[in-house]
Amino acid sequence: MNNLNVSLVKNTLYFICAIFIASCGKPNKDSSDYNKVYPSQTGGMLIDATIGEPSGLIYMVAGESAAAAISGNIFNKLLKYDKNLDLEGELAESWIISPDQKTITFKLKPNLKWADGKALTSDDVLFTWKLVTDEKTRSPYASDYQLVKNAVAPDTQTFSVTYEKAYAPALDSWSGLQILPKHLLEKQDIHTTTFARHPVGSHYYKLDSWTHGENLKLSRNPTSVMGQAKIDKLVTRIIPDNSAQFLELMADNIDSMGLDPIKYSRIIPARPELQKKLALYKELGNSYTYMGFNLKHKPFDDVRVRKAINYAIDKQEIIDGVYLGLGINIASPYKPGTRWSNPELKPYEYDVKKAKALLKEAGFVDLDGDGILERDGKPFAFEIITNQNKEREKSAVLIQRRLKDVGIDVKIRAIEWASFISRFIKTGDFDVVVLGWGLGLDPDQFNIWHSSQNQPGQFNFIHYNNPKIDALLEQGRLELNPDKRMKIYHEFAKVLLEDSPIVYLSAGYGLTAIHKRVKGIDTPAPPAGIGYNSHDWYIPEQLRRIEIGRNEIAEK
Amino acid sequence: MLKYLIKRVLWMIPLLIGISLISFFIMHLAPGDITNNEGAFNPKASEESRQKLRELYNLDKPVIVQYGLWLKRMGSLDFGNSFASHQKPVFWQTNDKDGNVTKGMIQEALPITLMINILGLVITLSLAIPLGIVAARKYTLWQDKSITLFNFIGFSIPGFWLSLLLMYWLGVMNNWLPISGLHSINYESLDTWAKIKDSISHLILPVVIPSVTGLAGITLFVKNGMLDVFHQDYITTARAKGLSEHKVVYTHALRNALLPLITIIGLSIPGLIGGSVIAETIFAIPGMGKLFFDSVLMRDFPVIMGILTIGSALTLIGNLLADLAYAWADPRVRRGVVRN
Repeated sequence: MNNLNVSLVKNTLYFICAIFIASCGKPNKDSSDYNKVYPSQTGGMLIDATIGEPSGLIYMVAGESAAAAISGNIFNKLLKYDKNLDLEGELAESWIISPDQKTITFKLKPNLKWADGKALTSDDVLFTWKLVTDEKTRSPYASDYQLVKNAVAPDTQTFSVTYEKAYAPALDSWSGLQILPKHLLEKQDIHTTTFARHPVGSHYYKLDSWTHGENLKLSRNPTSVMGQAKIDKLVTRIIPDNSAQFLELMADNIDSMGLDPIKYSRIIPARPELQKKLALYKELGNSYTYMGFNLKHKPFDDVRVRKAINYAIDKQEIIDGVYLGLGINIASPYKPGTRWSNPELKPYEYDVKKAKALLKEAGFVDLDGDGILERDGKPFAFEIITNQNKEREKSAVLIQRRLKDVGIDVKIRAIEWASFISRFIKTGDFDVVVLGWGLGLDPDQFNIWHSSQNQPGQFNFIHYNNPKIDALLEQGRLELNPDKRMKIYHEFAKVLLEDSPIVYLSAGYGLTAIHKRVKGIDTPAPPAGIGYNSHDWYIPEQLRRIEIGRNEIAEK
Repeated sequence: MLKYLIKRVLWMIPLLIGISLISFFIMHLAPGDITNNEGAFNPKASEESRQKLRELYNLDKPVIVQYGLWLKRMGSLDFGNSFASHQKPVFWQTNDKDGNVTKGMIQEALPITLMINILGLVITLSLAIPLGIVAARKYTLWQDKSITLFNFIGFSIPGFWLSLLLMYWLGVMNNWLPISGLHSINYESLDTWAKIKDSISHLILPVVIPSVTGLAGITLFVKNGMLDVFHQDYITTARAKGLSEHKVVYTHALRNALLPLITIIGLSIPGLIGGSVIAETIFAIPGMGKLFFDSVLMRDFPVIMGILTIGSALTLIGNLLADLAYAWADPRVRRGVVRN
């Protein structure tokens, strides 16, 4: 009886092993030479994947990143950022700023057309502005455009906006507003219109089909106002699970996906068959992770304590441990290497001695010998809260350990996002947060740092209040000259670093794998990232996927 | 019988109202609303515009008032529109004045989930019943033991892990099956026969894996049911009469042993409707589980309430059908019902 059992278990184990061994077979042979140089040509299909399905393709009311990625291929804006993150015209041919800096006049390019053949004029721009600022429109991004006191379209090619007072982020805001067609939306309710699922735009691509929960297919817009993109078809598949996406990438069913550091630096390099067909790209995003203090809570109101904690945290350790080295240490809230980032600033180095000295100066000493500092008889202990984000949780654990070294007792709590925001951030009921900011390209950060922005629901939830910073932020908003503006924000970042209301933990690289069949991608990534010229990417005919379908066969 | 049926159906109305009331309040116990999802945590999105949204969605009113508004809409069977998905209707499609159709969210998700789960249930049953019979007939012999072991393994293996492993083996290494999704990219351009093949190949993994991992429970049920029946007097009588073993097992024992299965199937109805978040996420299937999970994360109240209401209504109907089926299959139950 027992023997039978043992042999059964054994046999089963053999069976399982056999499955594993069978699964370690060779993948399909792929004989294409991806490293050869191919001339640029049009055609082909690029398939990528998104984790979430867009809610609609009218970005001003949809608002999520999945919508932005796709609607950005369909609709144009007045302005755009070039390779080096300088503004240039997209629909606009040129723009003029009035001497009092309050009025901006855009001159549209001639003969612009919507994909349905109708003319695109300044009337459409005016309509879009009216729509986004309309009381009834539920747009989370209306505030920039509500500052426009007066907007006019004196002729079909001119659009002019006047602000109450000079507003420097205005130009950036016009690089964010996707222009919608008046003739199709005029009598529609923007929130329920089927236009959101059947958009008509003017950019490189138009939407062919949208299969709910499965994919969105775009094809080249032959009347694109920007000229012709090289790749014929863009398909975005909706694959909510990251592992499944990666399997699809491995099986060559999708061409590109965003990666996490482990896939980027461990999994793909360890597999020659993946290395052969995938090109890896890294680019700095406009985002960073930080640890922010609730400045209304003692002892974080004391700059010495904040600095001490800044010195006590080893940021390189976090970058190496959490991001596998795929991040950089920053000293200002701007993307390094861009105009706004002050190159003279150096991040706080890891220095336990300085940290301990500063804490002592602030009155913290370990009297009872338990390894934890006290002041006024109370031990120095606080809680770090963060949302359920693995990288942030891991960073918090490393911080906890480093702060223990200097005698601070830290607890960590990870909370589901909606609860995190409404129960802790909004109410101000927290000591320290580990969070991240993903920012736009304009240097204005009024909403985050200005002392007036600390009401519940606003973004200065750490309650930072520094008159010097307030003044600089106000000044920066009024200055439209880029060079003068740069000086203001360099000074702003310097004061901010000195005051240490937050500890910059790292700016992580955005990591992407793209199949090597896609050519024409700039590497290393320019300041604007690899996507800036995606319309010039091309897929040589020899490297295209073989698509077998009824139509193709019929054509042959 | 008819009276009993009417009584049961009428009972469902207060039950549904009770369920919706409790769901509504529990849903609002979770902090946060649609205006503070992760996408809205953007310095460009001002608090005023979020406050405006809250007013437009009536989220600034007391919960009981919101429930009243919801109930009023439900009175005319209007499930409302989603907050998060561009005002898509929650339940069924709507036509605008130009004749454009916007499909309802549940309308799109429910058939997919039902199809996958019913196929899965059929596979599970068609495997579990023979396995259970064999295990009972060969009780304590090697056949029984290997079936138990097989079930034990199936039961213990986490479904998502097995899924990923098989996706890798069958999809990446060998390219025998598609990895995720319901259709290939070029589905529209295929002919009918290729379309059917394409759909089936996409369904194999999502249907088979949950069936295998769910096999254990039902097999054990069938086996124990059979064992119980084998000890009954009428089986002894049948054997004493000299009936063939085949007839004893399949005609006399099996029918009685399968009665409890009706209950099991009745109990599995909420699962059939609800779908599985994990399986649907891994296989990129736009079903009910994923829809519900996303709605909860987004605090998309109309969708949450729509799914809960339709789910509980279907569950109540399913239970009623199970009870009726039981009465139909078992004369003892039938007599009990009529007597009451």
